Amino acid sequence: MTTSTVVLALAVFGASAVEMVEALTIVAAAGVSRGWRSALEGTVAAALVLGALVVAVGVPLARLVPINVLRVVIGALLLVLGLDWLRKAVLRASGHMALHDEDAIYARTVADLSGAAATTGGAAAGSWRHGRRDATSFTVAFKGVFLEGMEVVLIVITLGASSGHLALAAVAAVAAAVVVSIIGYFVARQLSEVPENSMKLAVGIMLTSFGVFWVGEGAGLHWPGSDLMILVLVGVFAMTAAVLSFAMRRIGPSRQTVAVHGGPSS
Amino acid sequence: MTSIVRALGAFGRFWKDFLIGEAPELFLGTLIFVGAALALHHHGYVAVVLLPLIIVAFLGGSVFRGRAKS
Repeated sequence: MTTSTVVLALAVFGASAVEMVEALTIVAAAGVSRGWRSALEGTVAAALVLGALVVAVGVPLARLVPINVLRVVIGALLLVLGLDWLRKAVLRASGHMALHDEDAIYARTVADLSGAAATTGGAAAGSWRHGRRDATSFTVAFKGVFLEGMEVVLIVITLGASSGHLALAAVAAVAAAVVVSIIGYFVARQLSEVPENSMKLAVGIMLTSFGVFWVGEGAGLHWPGSDLMILVLVGVFAMTAAVLSFAMRRIGPSRQTVAVHGGPSS
Repeated sequence: MTSIVRALGAFGRFWKDFLIGEAPELFLGTLIFVGAALALHHHGYVAVVLLPLIIVAFLGGSVFRGRAKS
């Protein structure tokens, strides 16, 4: 197994784990507030659609598009995604952006769904408690898993197709979903303790490194050390993220922020 | 017909959010990076050093811009 294959599997696993934590919060809220049957059916349906997307888009992409064109386009997509994750992770780590609060999202979704149940009224409102199908629970779980899973699908297709390891990328994503589901089953109420921002930072660094590497390869550049250059790039972007986080903590909030919150203006 | 237009609109919005989102400068940086990679690929070590620096510069700029917006 080469260095790039290991980093690829880690990147897909990490990205999938982060997104699945967010999806699990929504599924758990739907299951707890409106019954598990429809929430789980919605989850399975979304997972099947996402799997079909990987096969329908990923396989032809890997077989029909010339590898260098694929690497430039896919490397650019990975860069856009990786840089966005890195930017948000640095801003969150330095206190300039609110952390993703799974507890708050869970509470808000439960409150919304409970409210929806109350307005439905009577027998219809209680039918889901007796194991019958509930369209709201199904839809909320389906949308949660589908929307969070779309980024995972993009990462699986981009990383898998450009490296020729589509199956490995898909297995890493499914493994992460299974691990998160098992952990979620036992600690469903402690999802907020998952170090989501650190995971997002690590995955952002890996996606950015792959993006730079593959755009270079696709453009015809010969990286020194071949695949080992990915580790060098991971080091460069990890250092950049650390320096930026440190600098952002040191310089504190912008003047605009202080003024808006009524702090000292001069 | 309306549902097709709506689906196309949603598809377009997804890609706009994905590519540009809150930080259009990162999309611009990626385009400049791809252009630079295509232009510099014959320049060996110059490209190897310069290309990651382009990304570092755009990421730094975007983080500082994000701080100003926070």
